[in-house]
Amino acid sequence: MMKNLLKILSGREAGIFVMIILFCAAVGLYKPHFLSLNSLRIILLLVPLIMIGAMAQMLVLVARHVDLSMGSMLGFSAMVAGLMYRDMPDIWWPIGFIVAIGVGTLLGLFNGLLVTIFNLPSIIVTLGTLNLYRGLTFIISDARQINRANIPSELKAMSQTSPVFGIPWIILMSFAIAILTFYIVRYTQLGRQIFALGSNPNAAPLRGINVTKVTLIVFCISGALSGLAGIMYASRWGFVNPSNTGMGFEFQVIAAVVIGGVSINGGVGTVLGTFLGVILLGCVAAALPLLGIPGTTQSAIYGSVILIALLIDRSVRQRTTARSTRSWRKK
Amino acid sequence: MDKILISTEGISKQFASVEVLSNVDLDLRTGEIHALLGENGAGKSTFAKILAGVHKPTKGIINLNDRKVEIASPIVAQELGIALIHQEPISFPHLSVAENLVMGRKGKGPLAWVNWSDMINEAQKHMHLLGVEIEVTRNMEGLSIADQQMVEIARAIASDAKLIIMDEPTAPLTPREVETLFGIARQLREEGRTIIFISHRLEEVRMICDRVTIFRDGEKISTSAIDEISDEEVIRLMIGRPLGKYMRKHNVAIGAKALSVSGLSLKGAFQDINFEIKKGEIVGVGGLVGAGRTDVARALFGITPADSGSIRVDDKLVQITNPSDAINLGIAYVPEDRAIAGIFRSLSVEHNLTAAIPNKIAPHAIIKSHKERAFAEESIDKLSVRLASINQPIVELSGGNQQKAILARWLHTDPKILILDEPTRGIDIGVKAEFYDMIGNLAESGRAILLISSELPELLALCDRILVMSEGQLTADIRRENASQELIMKAAVPRVASS
Amino acid sequence: MTESSENPGSEKSKLMFLVNRPESMTFILLIVALFGASMLSEYFLDVNYILKSFTLTAELSIAALVLTMVIISGEIDLSAAANIALSACVFAYVQAIGVPMSLAILAGITSGFLMGTLNAILVIRYQLPSIIVTIGTLIFYRGLAQVIAGDKSIRVPEWFIGINNKMVLGIPLPVIFFIITAIALGFILGATIYGRQIYQVGTNNTAALHAGIKSNRIKFGLFILLGVVSAACGIMAASRLGSVRYDLALGGELQMVLMAMLGGTYIFGGRGTILGTFLAAWLLVIVSTGMTVANLLPAIQLTVLGLLLIVAIIATNFIYSRAQR
Repeated sequence: MMKNLLKILSGREAGIFVMIILFCAAVGLYKPHFLSLNSLRIILLLVPLIMIGAMAQMLVLVARHVDLSMGSMLGFSAMVAGLMYRDMPDIWWPIGFIVAIGVGTLLGLFNGLLVTIFNLPSIIVTLGTLNLYRGLTFIISDARQINRANIPSELKAMSQTSPVFGIPWIILMSFAIAILTFYIVRYTQLGRQIFALGSNPNAAPLRGINVTKVTLIVFCISGALSGLAGIMYASRWGFVNPSNTGMGFEFQVIAAVVIGGVSINGGVGTVLGTFLGVILLGCVAAALPLLGIPGTTQSAIYGSVILIALLIDRSVRQRTTARSTRSWRKK
Repeated sequence: MDKILISTEGISKQFASVEVLSNVDLDLRTGEIHALLGENGAGKSTFAKILAGVHKPTKGIINLNDRKVEIASPIVAQELGIALIHQEPISFPHLSVAENLVMGRKGKGPLAWVNWSDMINEAQKHMHLLGVEIEVTRNMEGLSIADQQMVEIARAIASDAKLIIMDEPTAPLTPREVETLFGIARQLREEGRTIIFISHRLEEVRMICDRVTIFRDGEKISTSAIDEISDEEVIRLMIGRPLGKYMRKHNVAIGAKALSVSGLSLKGAFQDINFEIKKGEIVGVGGLVGAGRTDVARALFGITPADSGSIRVDDKLVQITNPSDAINLGIAYVPEDRAIAGIFRSLSVEHNLTAAIPNKIAPHAIIKSHKERAFAEESIDKLSVRLASINQPIVELSGGNQQKAILARWLHTDPKILILDEPTRGIDIGVKAEFYDMIGNLAESGRAILLISSELPELLALCDRILVMSEGQLTADIRRENASQELIMKAAVPRVASS
Repeated sequence: MTESSENPGSEKSKLMFLVNRPESMTFILLIVALFGASMLSEYFLDVNYILKSFTLTAELSIAALVLTMVIISGEIDLSAAANIALSACVFAYVQAIGVPMSLAILAGITSGFLMGTLNAILVIRYQLPSIIVTIGTLIFYRGLAQVIAGDKSIRVPEWFIGINNKMVLGIPLPVIFFIITAIALGFILGATIYGRQIYQVGTNNTAALHAGIKSNRIKFGLFILLGVVSAACGIMAASRLGSVRYDLALGGELQMVLMAMLGGTYIFGGRGTILGTFLAAWLLVIVSTGMTVANLLPAIQLTVLGLLLIVAIIATNFIYSRAQR
């Protein structure tokens, strides 16, 4: 027990947790009202979409891939759902969830097929589909925005109303996704195979893992959760815009995930770490306006955070693999 | 005891029109430990991989319990109860030992629930049965090779394998670990499992095997009970051809000191290495895989420089911090693994040949094509590299000709000191003979040669002196007259546990 | 241990050689695109029109030439377009606060140099994968541009505007720059020892190291070269547009990678030519101008570019893997 506790305390998650505390304390010293329930609410409302995206991106990275097209998948799925709401105002509003998730899954499947059939690097494939899907969003929407009036009020209400403790639905949903991801990762065959694949892709087929299938599923999950994030975008912001919706989403997500200790070299990552990474990012985003730092710096901060996280990841990796460096010759 | 578990009829295998295995008929009995002996490239590993579903035979039949089977993949092999323990164990480093043990079990589907406590219990049970103490909840990363092998063996038992193939399992192990492994192998035999034990160390084979099959040049030469065959006979059958005739030592006048090394150390790789090579001298380096021989070579060539000690070339103290330092000092290194560290696969033979002499083919940064062509053609001629065109990608050449090209690349730099790391590995016998002759000629022209080799006959026949390394230490420096296989092996085996 | 597959029919193998060269594919596509475009509108038979259109993407095309070399060396740099934006912003900002133009240009170029150096340090010194690093720096550089310029555009003086209208021998200056850069880099890559070593490093870094090739130095140099050239391109863009915003060349990394891929550069390194990227740049101009003439929405153009990237990479991978067998 003691040993487990020590393991947790010395782990990456504890580090991020401490960083969150320190950051909040520092900001709180300067602007005491940062430490209030209200700002907690602001932080939490900032993160649900990123939370959902980060869970998916974590799985993708663990499997030694990357998905840059998430923001475009989010935008496209949201747009399809939005068009449906606009053109079929009488439709039962929860159908939008099914549509967005379904569309997202198909887009993710397309990514996965390109990666697996042609054996292409996922980063280039998704750089292509990032633009492809974004362009398609313009085409299907005729470059016009879906306005507030067209989004069902029940859907919008999900970002305001709450079943418990005043925590809005979308936040609860994002937490539910995190918990679900935890169970998939920890307790399903699939989850363990994703880790195995990322840990040693050459060994995976020798150990009976269907690499193609697992890769496809991972990209489908990425698409499905991007779709879910898309419909939640419509709920949260009340509109869907072909150019803004989901723009740069993948970068926020990647930033959160690498802060959370997911290795870009595959095989390593935890749901808790990812969760905390998202929260830390949310705290930073919430604190910036309070501290009078203009919103235009956000992107620079995300960028530098990714770079720093990469360097930390490397130093951690170096420490753990120092002993096995001599095996490089054997591939 | 005499029931036949698996039998093969006429198993042959071709890789890109080269026959590496031809017409192998072999019966393996239930509950025996069966050794496959042979030199490198004799076909024993290929045969094992065919049984394990890694390769498909070009032709031939495999019968398991008198039923014909198709072993189409490692998965099928696993289902049939055949497990291959690789020399470098394959594992998922970021997953726990327990998971590595059960990963890839069939059925269930992606959403099947993983029951950790059952899994851990099962893993512990198997570890216990094997009598090894490995914490099953820890990650695979950082386990020693021996422990990783144990996990693979446990895995084989957990999937109830009837045939366990161990491909040179003892090469990276210490004697104590070998002892443990043999204990387990005997235990598995008691349980009625069949074990194929691949090795080229005769004394180990004698220790645990019941029968021995000898491979040579892709053919099965003989099978016999271990106590019915003498060591001499085994060696005769393994070598089989008058290779000795090619391995002629040229008579060379030994000159002044070319390279001397003192107190050379690199943490985690080798310690306090001292030796010297004279002009015209061929100094062999023997030892087991992982003894640090290649690390010393890499340090001399500046790839991973040593962290203490001194190197002298022509009696002058030198600093070698990267390969170009070494090249400028007249050192050349033909690396151990051609595919990884030697050739530029998709580039032409010509561009491969001239890779180490940028200043000669491009004196003022611009490449002089006619000069480059002249260099390339000269060496193709001199080393008789067989190719279709100088412009063809080097990967299309045979292994032996690729190796010649790498050697040729270095001869262009006119090296005074030539380090050859397993130069004849994986090349066929004809080209091997050419290599032996070339090495002799190079010494004759006054070059100092450091020859790292795992093939003892090669060392014994070609070298003036033989250094032996074991666990990062230099354990012997034997003169040609005194050298013998036994002496080298004795120095090569780690001493710590020779209780 | 593969036996040599000797094909004695050298005539046939010469033909196969041409077919197997991806530039041939690019060239054929270029002809087809020109033909198709001229059916669409007779503008395309007017060389001046094409040249004028080319000035719109000249900056990206020039940077793509250097990027081609980076990819051949086995690395990639997705941050070049963000570098163009940031150096342009630095340049515009510095001159707007009253610093003389020549110093402002120097500042812009210096910032490009620094960006290239940062990429190089992260990739080579810290051995991080360039593909992820440059995504990080892509966000970071563009973020810094946003910090410097805010959401406004910074104007440059009137006299500085219009590099794209300066003609030399009837050719717009940016196109001249592109052609000169292509010739220079083509020469370096094709005829000098540095070029040869770039291919060797990209084909097998370990083998290059064992042959005494200083691969780290080569890669370091390439990242810096791309940084500096991108900065110069940023300043060119400032002159062409007359003002600079942080979102200059937004998404340009796609077009640059696309040019390299369409030109037959192998994404895993070791293969590719400047000629290929040169042709591909023209091909893209014809395609996108054709789409504009055909009144297609910019969004559809985005779709087409995305699709083209995927098709191009599948095609080059196919060609190379076949040649590999």
